[in-house]
Amino acid sequence: MNLFELTSVLAVSGLAIGFLGSLTGLGGGFIVVPLLVLGFGVDIRYAIGASLVTVIATSSGAAAAYVRDGYANIRIAMFLEIGTTAGALLGTSLALALPKQVIGGLFGIVLLHASWMNVRRKSESKASEGGSAVAAYFGMDGAYPSAAGLVSYQAHRVPVCFGLMTVAGVLSGLLGIGSGIVKVLALDQVMGLPFKVSTATSNFMIGVTAAAGAGVYLSRGYIDPGLAMPVVPGVLAGAFLGARLLPRVETRRLRVLFAAVIACAAGEMIYNGVAGKF
Amino acid sequence: MTAIGYRKAGMERALGRLLRAGVLAALALVLPGACLYLAGHGWERPDYHTFRGEPAELRRIASVLRQAMSLHGQGLIQLGVLLLIATPVARVASSAYAFARQGDRLYVAITLAVLGVLAYSLLGSR
Repeated sequence: MNLFELTSVLAVSGLAIGFLGSLTGLGGGFIVVPLLVLGFGVDIRYAIGASLVTVIATSSGAAAAYVRDGYANIRIAMFLEIGTTAGALLGTSLALALPKQVIGGLFGIVLLHASWMNVRRKSESKASEGGSAVAAYFGMDGAYPSAAGLVSYQAHRVPVCFGLMTVAGVLSGLLGIGSGIVKVLALDQVMGLPFKVSTATSNFMIGVTAAAGAGVYLSRGYIDPGLAMPVVPGVLAGAFLGARLLPRVETRRLRVLFAAVIACAAGEMIYNGVAGKF
Repeated sequence: MTAIGYRKAGMERALGRLLRAGVLAALALVLPGACLYLAGHGWERPDYHTFRGEPAELRRIASVLRQAMSLHGQGLIQLGVLLLIATPVARVASSAYAFARQGDRLYVAITLAVLGVLAYSLLGSR
């Protein structure tokens, strides 16, 4: 496959990845790495560099609309970003010390677990049974638009969520992904935010988490312009589309589809990690 | 809506505009860079199977800037990628300013803490 063909295929894939990533708040790094490594035989370090670019493009591309429309909660995001950026810093230094097989295997396990959690997830949003004092102190409660007008919500269990975000940061620094799945789960299941607020806020945060690791990957030569060139415009266009669709979309079907996709990818990544095929 | 409510809505619009400007600027560099790069190398077979790492001139901000100024395709793309990476950082920095204008000292401190970690990881990484 020559560069022209590779660019075309990756631009179209990027469109789909940006679309899915922005809708689900997952960022799309989870798809880019398996796609490049398994689909195109790209070394996992180049794939991680491209994934970093994908995550930042998805986040920034969709966040403009999410912030404007009132889905992303800026205060919750800023507060939790302390945990994610510090975690990412730690994870990045671990990534450079670990062999590729371990990174690949770990990635597969994370994917598989995330997929399982995704299918298991039940309710869209919990009824808020009284806010927490911590959330009130940090001014985290908010309101988001729905078909029935503005719906107010409250944040719960802030310290637990902060701890999980630090773990999410370590994972993203380690694996070059925004680890949006951990973020969405923590916001949705632990903080009890409405699902669309969870995905939009996760989407808003993952760009900053990824940016925290970008310096190391750039200086180590992981970020290749040949791979970034189709990924940036493709993913941005997809993220713009996804952000426009979020207010109308039924997310449950998307969640199941996505769970299936990452479960397949997880199996292959674990196999390759164990077989040392990277 | 209260006065603070108006200012918050203004902050959200301003952050939205900043993010959009960042990604559009990145796009404005990547697209022409891609055209130049493809025109020169489109029919070559790229080898990403073995990791060599990028050449030194595509790993440092100053040299990427030089490459882009000389209208080198890869340099333009890489500069666009750098702008893209800078966009969330700029978003955090401008949030600090917006919280300060709201008189929200707690969130100014939180935002500056995030900015500090980001600066440390971006500038201190070798």
